[in-house]
Amino acid sequence: MVDVPLDETAARKEALKASVAVGLAVAAYGVSFGALAVASGLTVWQACVLSLVMFSGGSQFALIGVIAAGGVAAGPAAIAGATLLGLRNGLYAIRVSPIVGPGFAKRVVAGHLTIDESTAVATAQAVPSAQRVGFWATGIIIYVGWNLMTLAGALLGNLLGDVSAFGLDAAAAAAFLGLLWPRLKSLQPVAVAVGAAVVAVVLIPMVPPGVPVLAAALVGVVAGLAAARRDRA
Amino acid sequence: MTLWQIILAASIAVLAIKLLGYLVPPRVLEKPAAARTAELVTVALLSALIVVQTVGAGQGLVLDARLPAIGVAAGLFALRVPFILVIVAAAATAAALRALGWAA
Repeated sequence: MVDVPLDETAARKEALKASVAVGLAVAAYGVSFGALAVASGLTVWQACVLSLVMFSGGSQFALIGVIAAGGVAAGPAAIAGATLLGLRNGLYAIRVSPIVGPGFAKRVVAGHLTIDESTAVATAQAVPSAQRVGFWATGIIIYVGWNLMTLAGALLGNLLGDVSAFGLDAAAAAAFLGLLWPRLKSLQPVAVAVGAAVVAVVLIPMVPPGVPVLAAALVGVVAGLAAARRDRA
Repeated sequence: MTLWQIILAASIAVLAIKLLGYLVPPRVLEKPAAARTAELVTVALLSALIVVQTVGAGQGLVLDARLPAIGVAAGLFALRVPFILVIVAAAATAAALRALGWAA
């Protein structure tokens, strides 16, 4: 028998518990993505392809939000917005890469599952084996659940028709706030958030849908570069 | 550009970023400037998306049931209420205000 320390087994069990709790909650929320996607003019299949291939909630909501406001004409802005919001997944990938370990196929699958939640649960664990459990369990539970619930939500959205009567438009705004909230730990991100919000409000009536979000991203770039300069000085 | 092209292009781009991250050596994160700028860009994007999703309507600004709903969400996040409950509460707030005819 392999000698596994008892506390490490316990740590893996804890990681699995956290994965299930986070995974089920996030997956359930896929319903509102599916319903909002068809309300934005996507077909059921298009909603499902987004969840299957893009598989990043923030980017998916950002894309359908721009399409809902500006239609196919806003396509380039929609693609740019979703892609920029997906940049953080690249950072997560760098961080969890040592946890995932070697093996081409394994890393490709892990890449697909690299999102806010799988990274958060994995990096919250102290022991390497528990980190692996946290990453894979969270990623797989959310992938399966998110896709099933997207399909259910898209079919349901077709039946419901007007999703605003159920407040799903407000749910999308609240979901973005849920992603933003834990990032507002110091003055700098708060200032950037306020600046970006002001830029967005001012630009909404002036430029095509999708562009206000891209312009607001520049606030983050400028603040980041300014901070780097200050550090060097 | 068709809707399918938009969906596929954006999906492939987002997936590619994830995969590319696995080709980057982890010591890159030791350079804090790049990581911090990326984090601040995420903050700016999320903040702008909240604004657009809360008061945007096509190319116009509208104050409706979404604004009190996001207020409720902010209050609940401050109280550390779990994510999924906050989302449900925000949706319920907007739905109730609309059902009562108090907000559009």
